[in-house]
Amino acid sequence: MAAKKKSDAKGLPGDPQLRKDLLHSMILQRRFEEKVGEAYALGKIGGFCHLYIGQEAVSTGVLSMLRADDYVVTTYRDHGQALARGMTPRAIMAELFGRIDGCSRGKGGSMHLFDRNTNFLGGHGIVGGHVPLAAGVGFAIKYRGGDQVIACFMGESVVNTGAFHEALNMAALWKLPCLFIIENNKYGMGTAVERAAAIKDLSRRADAYDGMHGEYVDGQDVFAVRDAMERALGIARRESKPVLLEIRTYRYMGHSMSDAVSGTYRTKAELDEYLKRDPINLLKARMLEAGDITDADIAAMEQEVKATCQDAWDFADASPEPPLEALYEDVLVDTTS
Amino acid sequence: MAIITYREALNQALREEMSRDDRVFLMGEEVGVYNGAYKVSKGLLEEFGEMRVVDTPITELGFAGVGVGAAMVGLRPVIEFMTWNFALLAIDQVVNAAAKMLYMSGGQYPMPMVFRGPNGAALQLSAQHSQAFESWLAHIPGLKVVTPGTPYDAKGLLKAAIRDDNPVVMLEGEMLYNTKGEVPEEDYIVPIGKADLKREGGDCSIITNGKMVLVAMNAADQLAKEGIHVDVVDLRTVRPMDVDAITASVRKTNRAVVLEEGWEIAGIGAQVVDYVQRECFDDLDAPVVRVHQADVPMPYAKTLEKTAKPDVAKTIAAVKKVLYLN
Repeated sequence: MAAKKKSDAKGLPGDPQLRKDLLHSMILQRRFEEKVGEAYALGKIGGFCHLYIGQEAVSTGVLSMLRADDYVVTTYRDHGQALARGMTPRAIMAELFGRIDGCSRGKGGSMHLFDRNTNFLGGHGIVGGHVPLAAGVGFAIKYRGGDQVIACFMGESVVNTGAFHEALNMAALWKLPCLFIIENNKYGMGTAVERAAAIKDLSRRADAYDGMHGEYVDGQDVFAVRDAMERALGIARRESKPVLLEIRTYRYMGHSMSDAVSGTYRTKAELDEYLKRDPINLLKARMLEAGDITDADIAAMEQEVKATCQDAWDFADASPEPPLEALYEDVLVDTTS
Repeated sequence: MAIITYREALNQALREEMSRDDRVFLMGEEVGVYNGAYKVSKGLLEEFGEMRVVDTPITELGFAGVGVGAAMVGLRPVIEFMTWNFALLAIDQVVNAAAKMLYMSGGQYPMPMVFRGPNGAALQLSAQHSQAFESWLAHIPGLKVVTPGTPYDAKGLLKAAIRDDNPVVMLEGEMLYNTKGEVPEEDYIVPIGKADLKREGGDCSIITNGKMVLVAMNAADQLAKEGIHVDVVDLRTVRPMDVDAITASVRKTNRAVVLEEGWEIAGIGAQVVDYVQRECFDDLDAPVVRVHQADVPMPYAKTLEKTAKPDVAKTIAAVKKVLYLN
């Protein structure tokens, strides 16, 4: 899908089908995550689990601009991006349930969704640790003379790690086709960004590297994200140079399932303020206002998504636990044969 | 067979494997223009170009991660650490990324890569530059760890490591690079996971690896002059460990000394002793004795350093102890 700069007759970017696809992708992520929260409360999902609710315009905006042969790597808050990349709700839910039909065969869980079919190179659990991997994928693309790119998602707290600097320095030095995408949801766990980063505009970290383009993007507006991606892809894919996007968004849930939504490190008033710019509501409102979609269309979409999420739950619930012999499988590639 | 240095043997392995497979590349500090901090990569930049012999900034965590990312999408990186002491900055990539990727992806992403460089003490480099990390790395499922002690094993193990579809850690040694030995002209590999009986004798087994192989061989020479003949079992690989080779030797000699470069606590020798007590309990005529570095950071002063290191004299004393001599 290529972004169209020009608006169509309704005054909206893209075409009607594309806009419906974007809305569908975002609603699917929202309802899927709500279902995940429910399953977690029932004990069907264990471990650490980080919901993506509120940030859907980032994943959808970025990933709707990529090609199938591009690469994606991300953090442990990875359910939304996995869905937006086209991984099936069934395989993701089964992974969260720890079942054999999960996308990582029940070995990874919430934080480690992987899918070779969609070049989804994983959710990674060490803050900052996956950013050099993106530089490595960019290096491999250049090594082979390809024109793919890698999109590397990270939370805003990553910009304070050494791994971030080391990776961006090499990506700029070697002109690697990497899109470094900061999802600034304002909090690294419970620590507000201004209490952690000695810089206000995180995209300005790009200024530390000659020739690296950086920009700030409104992460609640999926069209703004797509516009920024079009500019970024022009640089990364066509000029083989890295780009740093700071996409400002907000997480409506706690950091993980054990974290209260508000009350400790942020106020309910702040949360309410950000809820006014819910990315799904903003998109719906624009489409409704332009006559691009009707309330009935949205209701039908919600119904279909609800059924999809229930199907994912049922599938995951019915999928077997991994057999005990799987314990020792895939520690190493078997090289004895 | 040609007599070449350990350094030249590694250089040949890299050159041959890079010629054989264009997915193989070498990355690290000073590997290109400088020809390698220890000249292991001499001439490779000229031969293969800068896309395949890549000088990096001093950024261990970063370039180790670049290797992991490149391996995820099908290249076969050889990541050189100037020393394993510096690799501590990159240990997240070795332990959390490379060693875990296949498992946590449910088998989707193998890691066909090598992390290599000198390990352990040289001479008077003091505390931060003189550490042997065998046991740290061997502790991690998802890695293979090889520790060649001779030029023949260095070449054969590096070639095997590069061809392996798993992340292989290779621990070399500054003090080994100039050592010489016979290396065949023709293509060969040393299989990972196979120990080598470097010397045969029936009185005691010295089980060792890496740089300590030379110490064990020297100790064996001196002991032979006193009529004491020992097996020298060179583990060559410390993960997976060749338990059969250990037990075969101990069942024959009934006595064992385990010699390692690193510290005592949770060292490689502790694992060897565990295998021995489990598999050879009824074969032993004496408790197993370990020889290792003193339990201190490495001092700079010459005499203190010499006292801290495992050496020939300590190894001989240990053998005599298990033989109830002296």
